[in-house]
Amino acid sequence: MTSFAPLLIVLVLSSAFGIWYQRTRGAIKSAVNKAPEPLLSEAEIGGSYGSRVTLVQFSSAFCTPCRATKMILSQIASESTDISYVEIDAESHLELVRRLHIHSTPTTLILDRNGVEIARAAGAPKKSDVLASLASIH
Amino acid sequence: MSTATITPTPTLIDARGPRFGAAITTAILALALVFHSPIAIIFQLVVFATGALFGPQKTLYGLIYRTFVKSHLKSEAPTEDVRPPQFAQRVGLGFALVATIGLAASSSLTFTIATSFALAAAFLNAAFNFCLGCEVYLLIARLRNRSIAQ
Repeated sequence: MTSFAPLLIVLVLSSAFGIWYQRTRGAIKSAVNKAPEPLLSEAEIGGSYGSRVTLVQFSSAFCTPCRATKMILSQIASESTDISYVEIDAESHLELVRRLHIHSTPTTLILDRNGVEIARAAGAPKKSDVLASLASIH
Repeated sequence: MSTATITPTPTLIDARGPRFGAAITTAILALALVFHSPIAIIFQLVVFATGALFGPQKTLYGLIYRTFVKSHLKSEAPTEDVRPPQFAQRVGLGFALVATIGLAASSSLTFTIATSFALAAAFLNAAFNFCLGCEVYLLIARLRNRSIAQ
């Protein structure tokens, strides 16, 4: 029994998914804030908000780009005094994960000084994209 | 918040190895799918089992990578945590098991669907650097937690 049809279907469908995956992963999307409220309390991030920006990264153990994302974001935070960086283990904070609609790791949330979500990125974001997004937050 | 639970000095491996392995896996699973080959699916099943237990660097594909490919690569090896690709090997093992059982039970549909999923994941990893653990693990954890809570 030889059939090339299933192979062809799998390759076409997964190529379409792969192209979509590469385009969307890491892209920073602005949040639509109908009523600007803090997304996460300071207690939930285990510290105080950055005086301008807080970068919150959700990570998990089986996530390859989480390490790279951590390096990029913690470097950005260490280069300026008004940005703080927090990493949260998604698996041990599933209630938070549900409430914030986090579906994959790494997911990065960009919060303003009041903890209101300005933007988020699922997948490893580029450093230049993060910096561009941060530049508009005062 | 402490990050110690997420990254407790993991075992690091050459990040290019698993992707090379995924390319061979794609070829073997494509053969299995087209010809309904018991040899191909059982061979891949053994490779997945080795990777799931000991890490992808310990599989035959990891050995081929180290012996024949790595020495030809000039740039310094980028490293990655062994756990994400090992998780992918476990998922692959699950699909390969179902496919093998399907083949043994003469269920062509079971074999085709299970092999197709394993093939899709391997192909996405090889061609698009897809991270299965990133997309799937949290969903599994959420589902598992929900079923415990009920």
